[in-house]
Amino acid sequence: MMTLYVHRQSWLHRQPAGLKLLVLMVTSVALYALASLWTAGAVLIAVILAYRSLGPAGWSYLWVVKPLLPMFILIFVVQSWSQSVSAAILMLLRMLTLIWLANLVTLTTRMDAMMDAVMPLLSPLRRVGVAPHRIAFTVALFVRFVPVLMAVLNSLLEAWKSRGGGRAVWRLAIPMLINAIRMSDHVVQALAARGGVRSPETPVSMVQHQ
Amino acid sequence: MKDQALVQMALYAALVAALGLIPPVPFVTGIPITAQTLGVMLAGVMLGPWRGFLSMLLFVGVVALGAPLLSGGRGGLGVFASPTAGFIVGFPVAALVAGYVARLLQRQSILIAAGIGAFVGGILVLYVFGIVGFKWVTGSEWLRSVQVMAVYVPGDSVKVVLTALVAQAVYKGLPGAVATRQA
Repeated sequence: MMTLYVHRQSWLHRQPAGLKLLVLMVTSVALYALASLWTAGAVLIAVILAYRSLGPAGWSYLWVVKPLLPMFILIFVVQSWSQSVSAAILMLLRMLTLIWLANLVTLTTRMDAMMDAVMPLLSPLRRVGVAPHRIAFTVALFVRFVPVLMAVLNSLLEAWKSRGGGRAVWRLAIPMLINAIRMSDHVVQALAARGGVRSPETPVSMVQHQ
Repeated sequence: MKDQALVQMALYAALVAALGLIPPVPFVTGIPITAQTLGVMLAGVMLGPWRGFLSMLLFVGVVALGAPLLSGGRGGLGVFASPTAGFIVGFPVAALVAGYVARLLQRQSILIAAGIGAFVGGILVLYVFGIVGFKWVTGSEWLRSVQVMAVYVPGDSVKVVLTALVAQAVYKGLPGAVATRQA
């Protein structure tokens, strides 16, 4: 299953998803109200220490910010030049704290638990005719399509390389998309042949005669 | 909404995810340019505004739930605290506008309609989100935010041209697949 979730038995894992999301929201608002370097630094250290509860290798998950490093350096330089160095440090502290804290929620909360926590927020959509089970179906199908499309892209890339490659690799986008659309048409037909997307409560016998 | 629409929305969301697999090309500034916004523009132009919007909302929602589907394997809630958060949040609206504009221009050739749609949605609208997000996260001034975000423009212009070319080619092969060309 493709997810960032890390399976452990930590105290963070045991907290309900809704609570973790709430703490994250409150912290993100509070961090922008904090103006002191020392408080921001203390919060950051607390977040870093919390990663330790993911086990001895917990701190390695802090590398999640690696792809952002060039961006951080750029922002830091621009910010300390246009405002002040302390303003730049404060901003960096805040940003790191939030990214790591949010990531910690992601690492310690299973995707389905997260979805269950969010689902009640989607239930008003029922009034405009969107049933939650149809949302769940679309999410599941999306998650299933991802590896399939990645495999299609990989096979196209390999065929491209074996034909000699070249720079116009963007051309692969066309067969890729046509392949994908054909595949989705087949899924639509298969779905129709099985009576369409139905809610878990509807018995099969009722669907067949619609 | 019909079952077919749900399948299409899942497909384009997955397309954006698959495009994240193409290794990002590091640009002059060291800021990588990814192929993912190509998928966002295509979703708008191919699915039309409403389905394009929902499809990208699905993508962003599942990323927020913890799927590492952004280029470089990024995902989860941390993404929304990063300097480029505005772009991610803007994906659905960018697709919406791209689809809307492409539909408005359906009398024009598909190359022009898709190109202008992708430009307005994928550059104008997406950058408004990107810049506001950057300013929000970093607290920089407007001018600085605009300057920093401007490094992405050349790469994204290439993607506008690609969207137009891909849409044209797919329209030749599968005319029914371009929703902004019907009705």
